[in-house]
Amino acid sequence: MSILLVVLEHDRGDLPVGSLEALTVGRDLAASMDASLEAVVVGDADLTAVAGEYGATAVHQVTNEMLADYGPDAWGEAVAQLVRSVAPAAVMAVGTDRGNEVMAQVAARLDLPFVANCLSVEAGDTWSMTRVQWGGSLLEDSTLTADTKLVSFAHHAIEAAPGGAASPTVKTFEADLDHSYTATMITDRVVLASGVTLSTAPVVVSGGRGVGSEDAFAPLEELAELLGGRVGCSRAVTNNGWRPHSDQVGQTGTRIAPEIYIACGISGAIQHWVGAMASKNILAINTDSDANMVTKAGYAVIADLHEVVPAISAEIRRRRGQ
Amino acid sequence: MRVLVCVKRVPAPGAKINVTGDGLAVDTTHLGFTTSPHEECALEEAVQIIEREGGEVVVLTLGPAEAEEQLRYAASVGGTGFVLIPNGGADWDPQRTASAIADAIRALEADGGEFDLIMFGNESADAGGFQVGVRVAHKLGRPIVNGIKGIEVTPEGFTAHRAIDTGVEVYKLPKPAVMGVKEGINLPRYPTMKGRLASRKAEIATMELNAPAGGQAMLKLHRPPEQPSTTEILGTGPEAAAAIVDLLDELGVL
Ligand SMILES: Cc1cc2nc3c(=O)[nH]c(=O)nc-3n(C[C@@H](O)[C@H](O)[C@H](O)COP(=O)(O)OP(=O)(O)OC[C@H]3O[C@@H](n4cnc5c(N)ncnc54)[C@H](O)[C@@H]3O)c2cc1C
Ligand SMILES: Cc1cc2nc3c(=O)[nH]c(=O)nc-3n(C[C@H](O)[C@H](O)[C@H](O)COP(=O)(O)OP(=O)(O)OC[C@H]3O[C@@H](n4cnc5c(N)ncnc54)[C@H](O)[C@@H]3O)c2cc1C
Repeated sequence: MSILLVVLEHDRGDLPVGSLEALTVGRDLAASMDASLEAVVVGDADLTAVAGEYGATAVHQVTNEMLADYGPDAWGEAVAQLVRSVAPAAVMAVGTDRGNEVMAQVAARLDLPFVANCLSVEAGDTWSMTRVQWGGSLLEDSTLTADTKLVSFAHHAIEAAPGGAASPTVKTFEADLDHSYTATMITDRVVLASGVTLSTAPVVVSGGRGVGSEDAFAPLEELAELLGGRVGCSRAVTNNGWRPHSDQVGQTGTRIAPEIYIACGISGAIQHWVGAMASKNILAINTDSDANMVTKAGYAVIADLHEVVPAISAEIRRRRGQ
Repeated sequence: MRVLVCVKRVPAPGAKINVTGDGLAVDTTHLGFTTSPHEECALEEAVQIIEREGGEVVVLTLGPAEAEEQLRYAASVGGTGFVLIPNGGADWDPQRTASAIADAIRALEADGGEFDLIMFGNESADAGGFQVGVRVAHKLGRPIVNGIKGIEVTPEGFTAHRAIDTGVEVYKLPKPAVMGVKEGINLPRYPTMKGRLASRKAEIATMELNAPAGGQAMLKLHRPPEQPSTTEILGTGPEAAAAIVDLLDELGVL
């Protein structure tokens, strides 16, 4: 029976939801390939139980003292060695920054093609896939021809779900790594964010070029605070130096998924939209009723944001009796 | 310090991306072109590094002859050397792209000395294959870390900061190193008039290189299905506040 390896992204044992998405997709893919679904865990982290819950029949524990923490070269080399030894039909991971980085490392070492951020795959001799371009604004149909297929699946494209419960056999694979791989190991971490971040906030109040200046963001700050949310912005705003890049929503910024996104003075360019489209509700405040943001939003107010935003805050305070 | 930055010419679409009739490319009839944002920031970072440390910034692109535009732009914001690898107007897959770029780097280093730092974007703005930089670094036998949002030059090499959701991972890379950079590491400068004038005279070296095709073949591009949406207009002035707050209340975020 052929093998589908799923590389589980983890940070010193912490398993992000993306790894569970990868196992969920991998389960169906393995079935369609008539392959066994086997997980790869780099380092000593014990993830056997959860891998089993999601249907992995084996766990390849790739060990070496250098794999105690993350380093792209060390992880890539270790997984590449495992692939040479196990000769799987395919290897996949979740298409996060780290997942794609590890897969690219593996691909480079094995000199194999790698297709990042797939939405769907049809296995066969040659694989056919649909993948994401432009951060999700455009789709690409591709084919992949290789002895071992290497792919990643777009993060958040599907919902992770346990299934096919198995009690995986654990197979230890001792990777052979020399000291040179320490060059790209994490040496330290700085924790910056605490509490709600832009990507987890229930409400995001965002401003675009229409806000006009750095100071004019004060009413947006006030509204976000009243709603326990965060302030976001467009790239026009970061390019003008009005807000830090960490506030930017979009393809090259943060992807958000709040209960409501309040987009003030933002035209809704496609690269902004892909970062905001996972919002459950969108309210656009714009003077232009034809703006893309307005026509795509569920709710809109066609007016000057400088008048509307303070009025919302005032109304909230009035109802709260403040 | 000798730094190389690899940049890709990409279209700059607005509200929508249209695809050509044959589905093989983005319809650029009414579009301008730009440098991928991550790479624009990589270039800015490189220029800031040589402004502090002295040295040179070579900018390399593989693309159509028109990619000269992106190299001239790079010249206007502080690049000092420029290399174009013509691809004959048709895009190459990531393996082929990486092989040609690695060959170009070897030739440039044989001529002008090793690059202390080679910079890529984390991913290109259009195809976004997340791999060209990693493949090139491996071919050159150099360490690479992606997702970099801060670089400090140290006596031993570089301290690099990688942004994650909750903070920063710190890496210490020896020289020579390779990095994949993300937008937000800096705020790229706009060209000055003097820079623009100088860029017209910048000398662009063309390197004819080729490499075998890799295993990924693109069949066609298409737009994702659009969610049909109807917009409920809540008002045309500040009096809309009441309806908005009703909505916030309904959604349970008040
Ligand atoms: C008409 C068309 C046909 C295509 N056909 C195919 C195909 O058949 N098979 C296929 O796999 N792909 C195809 N592509 C996509 C192809 O263009 C890839 O984009 C390209 O191979 C580079 O990979 P990437 O953009 O995914 O780069 P990434 O791996 O996302 O790029 C990472 C970094 O590498 C550097 N870089 C990438 N490309 C260049 C470049 N050209 N010059 C300088 N630096 C660069 C940049 O710094 C970038 O930030 C096609 C695209 C088009 C528009
Ligand atoms: C590869 C690439 C990646 C990109 N990535 C991103 C990204 O991650 N995030 C991002 O945001 N952009 C990104 N962009 C840029 C994007 O294409 C747009 O340029 C940008 O989003 C425009 O920002 P904006 O909507 O604030 O400005 P504009 O497009 O100028 O829109 C301003 C809007 O404000 C409205 N307005 C003006 N005054 C008022 C007022 N008083 N009250 C109410 N409304 C008013 C106008 O009607 C208009 O709709 C990217 C571009 C490229 C090429």
